[in-house]
Amino acid sequence: MNPNLDYITWFGIDWPVEVEWALVKTGQILAIMIYLLLTLAFILLFDRKVWAAVQMRKGPNVVGPFGLLQSFADFFKFVFKEIVIPAGANKTVFILAPLMTFVLAFIAWAVIPFANGVVIADLNIGIMYLFAISSLGVYGIIMGGWASNSKYPFLGGLRSAAQMVSYEVSIGFVIITVLLLVGSLNLGDIVENQRDGIWMWHGFRLFNFAEFPSNLIVGITMFTMLGVFFVSALAETNRPPFDLPEAESELVAGYQVEYSSTPYLLFMIGEYLSIVLMCALTSILFLGGWHAPWGPVDHPVIGFIVLGVKMWGVFFLFAMVKAIVPRYRYDQLMRLGWKIFLPTSLVAVVVIGYYVTFVAPRAAEIVAGG
Amino acid sequence: MLEAIAFYVLAAIAIVSAFAVIAARNPVHSVLFLILTFFTAAGLFVLLGAEFLAMLLIVVYVGAVAVLFLFVVMMLDVDFVELKQGFLEYMPIGALVALALLGELGLVASAALSANGAPIALGPAPAPEITNAEAIGRVLYTDYVLVFQLAGLILFVAMIGAIVLTLRHRPGVRKQDIAAQVGRKRSEGVELKDVKPGQGLG
Repeated sequence: MNPNLDYITWFGIDWPVEVEWALVKTGQILAIMIYLLLTLAFILLFDRKVWAAVQMRKGPNVVGPFGLLQSFADFFKFVFKEIVIPAGANKTVFILAPLMTFVLAFIAWAVIPFANGVVIADLNIGIMYLFAISSLGVYGIIMGGWASNSKYPFLGGLRSAAQMVSYEVSIGFVIITVLLLVGSLNLGDIVENQRDGIWMWHGFRLFNFAEFPSNLIVGITMFTMLGVFFVSALAETNRPPFDLPEAESELVAGYQVEYSSTPYLLFMIGEYLSIVLMCALTSILFLGGWHAPWGPVDHPVIGFIVLGVKMWGVFFLFAMVKAIVPRYRYDQLMRLGWKIFLPTSLVAVVVIGYYVTFVAPRAAEIVAGG
Repeated sequence: MLEAIAFYVLAAIAIVSAFAVIAARNPVHSVLFLILTFFTAAGLFVLLGAEFLAMLLIVVYVGAVAVLFLFVVMMLDVDFVELKQGFLEYMPIGALVALALLGELGLVASAALSANGAPIALGPAPAPEITNAEAIGRVLYTDYVLVFQLAGLILFVAMIGAIVLTLRHRPGVRKQDIAAQVGRKRSEGVELKDVKPGQGLG
């Protein structure tokens, strides 16, 4: 036995401690995956129900009470269908694309803190990791579009690549404003910075009347950033009104035209999972994470529920936008991203940078001195 | 133990995929292998404890640069036969570049070996409690701020240059003016005509 390694004894056999660590982590990952997939099943239903309600329809109501089991029925339908691979397709890449979307959508959740201390990997560069993973998300779509070897998917893939790369830039700047206020890239630290109450939430700094004159500037800037982040999140996840990659009136179904059965299901799960991720990210960056509006929540279970409520709230907005707003034209989308959001968020970075460097230390001095 | 396994797996994938970049017949596959190489290199960075650099590598190279590569390569109509013919022609230059790279690697390796395993320090090591994002920021925005700004400026000039080269002002092109569209009034867009029966609009 190697004396340099630590061992743990189970069932009379000595195992290296890494085995224990790996088992614990695998268990945590499985738990989060099951939680996410179950949430996803009901979020899909919720999305359709909200959409139906806006159009004064009933929505899915046949499978199970109130249609609660609709998503599970859809799941089995997809799984039991035959997988069709076009003859001219590049088979490896064709299969790889949905897998990539699916896997990337899941691994991003590794750094999301669900409550105080409930996180798989507490990286000190958590937000950079998320940004890196979300910038990879474009590959699933562009690979799927190319590998189908057909015109509509290819055009859809190219469109969405341009769209996602464009909006990532403004998302990056918005994240930087939050990071400036927090001074850390760790998602747990970002939430803890907002622990006192709704007036400390990054989206609602306007209510922080304790530092009166400067709260106006910071509050208005950060509320604008909340809006920019929300709209960019819609564009980044290809949600309506920015679902141009799959604009059915022009491109049939964009990059997914040739996909059916389980590969299509993987695409859809990946897409919805990254939407839910954006909801979680909005809650964590701007809406106080697992802390309640009136004060800190340190209990893991209550924090878990609070963050869940916030995520569903943000998702409700996503669903309402889908139901209400008509689709953008492609040039309007690009104009919004590059000519409006990018300059706005750049100015916001400068304003928040000025505040953090020159105003906040003086305000802290005044509070400490008096 | 886990670290060693991770290193060997990542290193093996990196080498194999780097080879596949130049060996793949389809240029799109080449770019996809290039992405895999970048990704595994980022993994190696993480193993070295340089997690910030790893994430930057993914965000900048995989998330932006390689997407544009892929974009261009997918749209190009590449003639594979012609591509293969040029291979021998460019072989000497390619070999020269490869030799230069090998020499540089050898220099670094021999320097590392002569230091008897001690890491080569080019500056004072940052305090251990500072995360490496903070450490990079402290150096980049203080000691090297001018160089950093200069690098940004060079990229900016290159970008403007590319735009200037491709920009052509064509006369008579109708462009959308959002402000004019939104600011349009009913009186400008609608004209009411009283049409008499049997006459029509003359």
